[in-house]
Amino acid sequence: MRLRTLPMLLILLLVAYVVVVAVTELPPYGIAGNPVHNQVSQRYIESAWEETGVLNMITAVVLDYRAYDTMFETIVLFTAVLAVIITLKTTEREGDGK
Amino acid sequence: MTDFILKRVAALLLPFIQMYGLYVILHGHVSPGGSFAGGIVVGLAFIAFTTIYGLKKGRAKISEKATALVESYGTLWYGLMGMVGVFKGAPFLANKIAGIDLGELGALSSGGLIGLIGLGVGIRVSSTMITLFFTMIEEES
Repeated sequence: MRLRTLPMLLILLLVAYVVVVAVTELPPYGIAGNPVHNQVSQRYIESAWEETGVLNMITAVVLDYRAYDTMFETIVLFTAVLAVIITLKTTEREGDGK
Repeated sequence: MTDFILKRVAALLLPFIQMYGLYVILHGHVSPGGSFAGGIVVGLAFIAFTTIYGLKKGRAKISEKATALVESYGTLWYGLMGMVGVFKGAPFLANKIAGIDLGELGALSSGGLIGLIGLGVGIRVSSTMITLFFTMIEEES
């Protein structure tokens, strides 16, 4: 056993302890008084249909309230395709010796 | 692949699968579903066609030029839809604030720009699937 292994193991156990304590302190799932159920979701549920005019609330959030996010999501798709094409596409050029 | 049964079943099923994908894209704002799911269904129909009928026939259905065009202009379409709000004197990607008629709730034409944006996203996702698949399969052959 090297000299550095023991302090590292101690740090690791400490971090694991903190994580476990944090998880046990989380509020139970699905309770109405949880901090995640704030005025944002309340607003979506109550007024999404009159603010966006669509019935599907998920579409209202994805394509209207969070339209910026979806736009850059499509740009992420574009970048992924670009990366795949750059790395995989082989075009035979003249004078390549192939 | 030269399986007779597979080819006949695919010829029967794939048009309906594709229509269903387009339906899911277009009705993304009035029914469960959406442009991402519908785009994947449309893209998978093309991928299934190519795996069953071979690369040459698949490429004849949708050429490299077409995928490249959709690939590039699909993202631009989203930006153009966002610019509608700017031209009407509202923030980028504004819908109701820009004064666009939202239509009757539950109708296919409802939601103002949402349907058009969803169409762009759906086409975009399907072209991504097709391009990734063709790029990888053409590399192997």
